[in-house]
Amino acid sequence: MHNEYFILPFKIGVAYLAIIVALRFIKWTMGLSKIDKIRIWKSILTNKSLISIREAFFEGLLHRKIFRINPVLGYMHMSLAFGWFLLIVVGHIETIVHTRSILFPFHMPIFFRYFVTDKSDVYISGVFSFTMDLLLLFVLSGVGLAYLKRLRSRFFGMRKTTNLKSGDKIALISLWLIFPLRFLAESFSAGICNNGNFLTQPAGNFFSSFLPLDNLTYPVWWAYSLSLGFFFIALPNSRYMHIPAEIFFIFLRNFGIRLKKRCNTYSLVQVYSCSRCGICLDTCQLNHADIKTTQSVYVLKSIRNKNLTDETLFNCLLCGRCQQVCPVGIELNDLRITQRIESTLQYNSSYDYLKKGEIQKADVIYFAGCMTHLTPAIIKSMKGIFTYAGINYWFMDEDKAPCCGRPLMQAGQFDAAQKLILNNQQLITLSGAKQLVVSCPICYKVFKEDYVLHDVEVKHHSEYLLELVEKNIIKSVKIPESIIYHDPCELGRGSGIYEQPRELLRKYVDIISIKDEKENSYCCGGSLANIKIQMQERDKIRNKALNEYMKYRPDFLVTSCPLCKKTFSKGSNILVYDIAEIVAKSIKTGKERVKTLKHAQEALYQTELI
Amino acid sequence: MINMDKFGFFIQETRTIDFDQFDGRLLKYVLDHEPSFHACLSCGGCTATCSAGNLIEFNVRKMNLLIRRGETEGLENEINKCMLCGKCILVCPRGINIRNVIMLIKKGILIFGTEKKLRPDLTYNYYA
Amino acid sequence: MKTVVIIGAGVAGVEVASQLSELGYKVALIEKSSYIGGKVAKWDHLFPNLRPASDIINSMEEKIKTGNFSVMVNTEITGGKGENGIWQLLTNNGKNFEADAVVVASGFGLFKAEKKEEYGYGIYNNVITSVDLEEKFKKGKTIKMTNGKIPERIAFIHCVGSRDEKSGNHHCSKVCCITGVKQAIELRNQIPDAEIYCFYMDLRMYGKDFEELYRTAQEKYYIQFIRGRLSEASENIDESLLIKAEDTLSGRPLKMKVDLMILLIGMEPGKETTDLGRNFKLGFDNDGFIKPRDIHLQRNLSSQEGIFLAGTCTCPMTISDTIDNARSAVIEVNNYLKNK
Repeated sequence: MHNEYFILPFKIGVAYLAIIVALRFIKWTMGLSKIDKIRIWKSILTNKSLISIREAFFEGLLHRKIFRINPVLGYMHMSLAFGWFLLIVVGHIETIVHTRSILFPFHMPIFFRYFVTDKSDVYISGVFSFTMDLLLLFVLSGVGLAYLKRLRSRFFGMRKTTNLKSGDKIALISLWLIFPLRFLAESFSAGICNNGNFLTQPAGNFFSSFLPLDNLTYPVWWAYSLSLGFFFIALPNSRYMHIPAEIFFIFLRNFGIRLKKRCNTYSLVQVYSCSRCGICLDTCQLNHADIKTTQSVYVLKSIRNKNLTDETLFNCLLCGRCQQVCPVGIELNDLRITQRIESTLQYNSSYDYLKKGEIQKADVIYFAGCMTHLTPAIIKSMKGIFTYAGINYWFMDEDKAPCCGRPLMQAGQFDAAQKLILNNQQLITLSGAKQLVVSCPICYKVFKEDYVLHDVEVKHHSEYLLELVEKNIIKSVKIPESIIYHDPCELGRGSGIYEQPRELLRKYVDIISIKDEKENSYCCGGSLANIKIQMQERDKIRNKALNEYMKYRPDFLVTSCPLCKKTFSKGSNILVYDIAEIVAKSIKTGKERVKTLKHAQEALYQTELI
Repeated sequence: MINMDKFGFFIQETRTIDFDQFDGRLLKYVLDHEPSFHACLSCGGCTATCSAGNLIEFNVRKMNLLIRRGETEGLENEINKCMLCGKCILVCPRGINIRNVIMLIKKGILIFGTEKKLRPDLTYNYYA
Repeated sequence: MKTVVIIGAGVAGVEVASQLSELGYKVALIEKSSYIGGKVAKWDHLFPNLRPASDIINSMEEKIKTGNFSVMVNTEITGGKGENGIWQLLTNNGKNFEADAVVVASGFGLFKAEKKEEYGYGIYNNVITSVDLEEKFKKGKTIKMTNGKIPERIAFIHCVGSRDEKSGNHHCSKVCCITGVKQAIELRNQIPDAEIYCFYMDLRMYGKDFEELYRTAQEKYYIQFIRGRLSEASENIDESLLIKAEDTLSGRPLKMKVDLMILLIGMEPGKETTDLGRNFKLGFDNDGFIKPRDIHLQRNLSSQEGIFLAGTCTCPMTISDTIDNARSAVIEVNNYLKNK
């Protein structure tokens, strides 16, 4: 046997990788908040760990989610990840069986075909060598697809593929060389010692016919070991750090850890977990406006390389479509917001001019929202509905009202937003109201998530109107129109409210079911979260969404967000209504009213007692 | 003593805008990153709809105009009143991305400060 | 005898028809609606001298009566094709036409004020457009609020649907400013005690006697002009309107309760013009109007040989401009047909 120095690159690589990854995991865990650390401690010995192991298997190895979205891409990831995993596992079992003990040199399974040249136990070693050859073929097919993806991403049904930095290139090249080199090494050994199987043996015989295998085999094994070594050493600083990071992330996520508003190491965990699959690139609607450099995967890359610019960071609609399809489950929207907060830390704001304001005592507060003032049909409808239903309400931002604070939050000015939030919180609390009805989903999200309102139920007007109709305070009237309901990003993906508006609408019109709805719905393009985009670019995004809707030939469009309504009415010749308008238009007046007013009051009090 | 606050929110020694002492660094920074700002015709729609302007003397149009005249003193206090609500961009007839202008001014103030630097090589030539 | 088909019996169409038939051509004037006169048939009095619009309509009817051309109403051109210098035109009622030359005089459309939702047209009760107001004048109605009260304060809003990226129309419609001044004067005549305001971004008083009318409006009729764009309007309980604008010349936001709001809506390419342009592949400018072959030297020629353009199908125009333009179209058609 030749000397075994050739295994050194591999051993050094593995040792380096193990130490670095362990250190990093420790650093990340230490950087979490105290509550999060307690969460981890409490969850480690529960079934959450088992769930995480299961998810790590299905997503980290089998890449089930990627598979569902794009089968070819999923197969590629799966063959590399799962295939390599199986090669290692089966290789270890093979070694255990061969040496008949559990204690064997660490490197043996990896270089098995070099060290074990006799096929003494033909039957069992035959089964193993067949399996190993099959798995090698499996992985090689994945490597082949990876070459193809880099050259022709269209083959994968993807329009985009990610760009590489030079550090990543070293890791990529060494990864791509590992399995072909393994194949060559095992084939050459098979050519000499006949210890190959259906894949390696014919190849070995072929090579031995024209190559001096006695001289070439050892160098090729060296090359294999070197490629492994290079890959392991390059891994922690390349995109392939996602392999360990993703598993770590899955555990933390299942233990209940979430991103907060300020950056901590959890953001880093998520940044490193990105496998650069590129699925977020295809779903991003900014592509329709020819904006191709600011998508999530590029932001994550820039965070890692510490060269994130405002132009990239603030040019995102925060519509949530990428977050919806990310197979790793990275909280892409919240991650962007934390970065925006970092970028604007030094900005000042002074809202001393927010007077306490006059407070009105009422049961229900109606907060229209800044945008709704520019779509007064919604305000008029809501006022009419409140009056008809006899509700004692206070129109909080009728005149001289501040903004809810979410646009500031989306722009990263967290402290400024807090000032607004505290001011509004006080007004709401002092009014003694039990319910807060908002017309704008942007406001709704911030009221629900960032305001601290004890004893006050926050409802979007579609939820509230549904309640009124279900309690028979308002009677619904069916009209023979078919419409498409557009899910606003902040209400749908942002707050999970998909069904209530539809339930309400079904009492009035027929809803056409479309392919891209609910979680997969389009963004209208009007989002306030994108600071950098120009009006013409917004128009392109809106036109694409509208064209998709018009294919279904609806009588009109219905939405539940004033900004969506304004954005769509600008472009289209089709009518766009808000849900409140539809309800208001069909309210019956007359004698019925007197009977229901008292009824309305009683019904309302009933809900408050529950 | 007349309270000069009532006559406009910038208190300056002289009321004349002196174009020969133009400090265009902030303006150039904003215009380079937001070219749509060139198209402002000072119609006042933004100020009319402004949420902050509804509550206190905060005049977006006037602030943008004064930046274009190189008058940046007192700008920092004014710009901090904006709530970034976005109504101005929904109203602007020229389609100017006013929120980005505000964010760029905030960043520009951090970079350049608000005191005028009177150096001949810093005068802003719109066509340069 | 060479035949010419003229599409649209408005000011431009009738003028072209009458002049061309005088020159000896066989002319057919086609009109989609049931009446001739186009938009001018809706107007009451015209700027700048407040003469009755019926003068123009009467002159048109006279030309039709004494002229030697046929007029077909309730006929719409639905398609057309040109081959070997002859144009075949299809209509909606079965009768088809063959022409040596076609003149498109299909006119303009009006901006739908509902699209500017923040101004409240169709939502609040006392918001009307300049066209609605003109109709009321024509019918001799007293201008009142919907609850019957005589308005004490009236606001005209300029540039509704023009010069506005949000409305989709970047162009200036030219005639709305002077229309606003004219209607303000007419309102003053009807309601002597009212306060009348005009909210403008710029005042486009480019034509003959326009500037003088503006000055008269200020000096004799006490119309107030405030430079500031209206951002939104809201409704009070008593159905009056609260408008929010900025008084840019004094640099402060302005609030005002008004009883009646009149929106000066802009000129857009009409649906008929757009359809014709598509059917005949004439090509459009960025503002959506039909593109003339040369903006200075060949304003009446289209990109298609044998199809000519007259009137507001190419850009906003006043009645005087339209008649001038129609006459120059006649010369172009004549030159073309002479040499054919």
